[in-house]
Amino acid sequence: MSIDRNARLREVRSWGDYFHFSVSAPEVGREARPGQFVMVKVAEGPAPLLRRPLSIHDAGAGGIELFFKVAGQGTEILSRKRPGDRLDILGPLGKGFTVSEAMKGKRAFLVGGGRGIAPLFFLARELGGRGVRTIVFYGGRSVADIPLREKFGKAGTELLSSTDDGSFGFAGLVTGLVGRELAKTRPDIVYACGPDAMMKELAGIAAKHGVPTEFSLESIMGCGIGACWGCVHRIKSESGDGWTKICEEGPVFPGELILWP
Amino acid sequence: MAMTRNSVDLTADLGFLKLRNPVLAASGTFGYGLEFESYLDLEKLGGFVVKGLYLKPREGNPPPRLVETASGLINAIGLQGIGVEAFSEKVLPKLRHLKTPVIVNVCGDDDDEYAAVVEYLDRHEGIAAYELNISCPNVKKEGLCPALSPQATFDLVKRLKASSRRPLITKLSPNVTSIVEIAKAAEAAGTDAVALVNTFLAMALDLETRQPKLGNVFGGLSGPAIKPIALRMVCQVASRVRVPVIGMGGITTGLDALEFLVAGAAAVEVGTANFVDPDAAVRIVGEVERWCEAHGVAAVREVVGTLKVP
Repeated sequence: MSIDRNARLREVRSWGDYFHFSVSAPEVGREARPGQFVMVKVAEGPAPLLRRPLSIHDAGAGGIELFFKVAGQGTEILSRKRPGDRLDILGPLGKGFTVSEAMKGKRAFLVGGGRGIAPLFFLARELGGRGVRTIVFYGGRSVADIPLREKFGKAGTELLSSTDDGSFGFAGLVTGLVGRELAKTRPDIVYACGPDAMMKELAGIAAKHGVPTEFSLESIMGCGIGACWGCVHRIKSESGDGWTKICEEGPVFPGELILWP
Repeated sequence: MAMTRNSVDLTADLGFLKLRNPVLAASGTFGYGLEFESYLDLEKLGGFVVKGLYLKPREGNPPPRLVETASGLINAIGLQGIGVEAFSEKVLPKLRHLKTPVIVNVCGDDDDEYAAVVEYLDRHEGIAAYELNISCPNVKKEGLCPALSPQATFDLVKRLKASSRRPLITKLSPNVTSIVEIAKAAEAAGTDAVALVNTFLAMALDLETRQPKLGNVFGGLSGPAIKPIALRMVCQVASRVRVPVIGMGGITTGLDALEFLVAGAAAVEVGTANFVDPDAAVRIVGEVERWCEAHGVAAVREVVGTLKVP
């Protein structure tokens, strides 16, 4: 983990409110693991004050990719950055998804809801490189909310899409699509990132099939490094089911340990 | 020919404690110090104040715990923390090698708990002073908060001063009618210094749902938004007490820090800025030094209390 104050935005792609950034940040890129995040400064001055936590969408020796949806003032300012602009990036931070050589030949489901698809591209690529067979489930409200479907299609992973309004792919919630596939194929693990309601539902479905899960939680964050104790979620632990810091102990947790409100 | 740079004397003097420089990291924004080791050299700080400690681990408030506001941050963490035992056994041994003074922020639900925390910590080495957190606005029993009454402040500080083997810094709440009265009560009870200000009681709500944005409804506002009010309070208190004043509230740059020194603070604490840039406190030390160089100030102590009111 480091602070790269001279990261450069190389390329911007956008689909409505969704943005894909390619960022030159070699050190962050080299250290990053799937499921980790960065804290991005959006303004030089005090407004908005805090950095924004963003999932690492992909990473390599040259830098990282980010994928985010404009959801407020911070991401709106960020979305107006242009290629060549300097970015100030703190990271990589947090504990990511389990990816190991021992998983060769296993089968994994990767489930992303809306902007929650962000960390799953990096994960799919890393798993694929280790001989894990992956199916990516990509859900959104409408076809406009699943803009990365072509990118995943080209990445050598199987992709199943769903839209709540039926405008593309499976008509209904992505959890319905996952449930349908689980009845046919039992994966060795389910990874997910998306709205709490989606992950809560998914936890139930996976438990019914006895499949372990890893979910990436989202939160407002003050610092991203475990100092402010602002981003907590209830996680089961031997020392009691206390408020656990998402930034430091997560953002990825075994789904079985996440307690939903 | 190499330029020889006149080095500025950055040392600060709290009487009971000499600091390498006047910039400390503030409690509640700096974890237990260790979280920041990857980002800055703890030895370059004047000191740091670790997160508030109660006798037992504390669960804190339900989320959401943070909301960003215009140039500010409202927090309602509720002082979640590991308690004195885990701190003394797991954290303190990792801090003891530091030459930088480690100050412990002491909390309590009542006077007995403050006394018990101090008694416990008194048995452990590696602590330079205690900062009494009599002022956190996020804990439920806010009506009993000693910072709200001069008499309660006096009673608590007097009791702890008699029992503690270490210097006491009393950290004051701005959520009072007269912060000067509270500061004077702490001074009369024997506090070795006062630190101000803690956060301002505040709230944010969602207009569409008409719900508060914090799980605890109210929280404490910090960040650049509060700096002018904090500066005014430091100025008022510094002119009315003889004990050293540690100033804080929205300090983000070296120039902010210097303004607090001019207003009468002997040292400053950097808080919310640590969240934005984990190396902010060290950057601020450098900015203070460069300003002094540029202004022919040989020792930063010379700046303290130099406000010129025409």
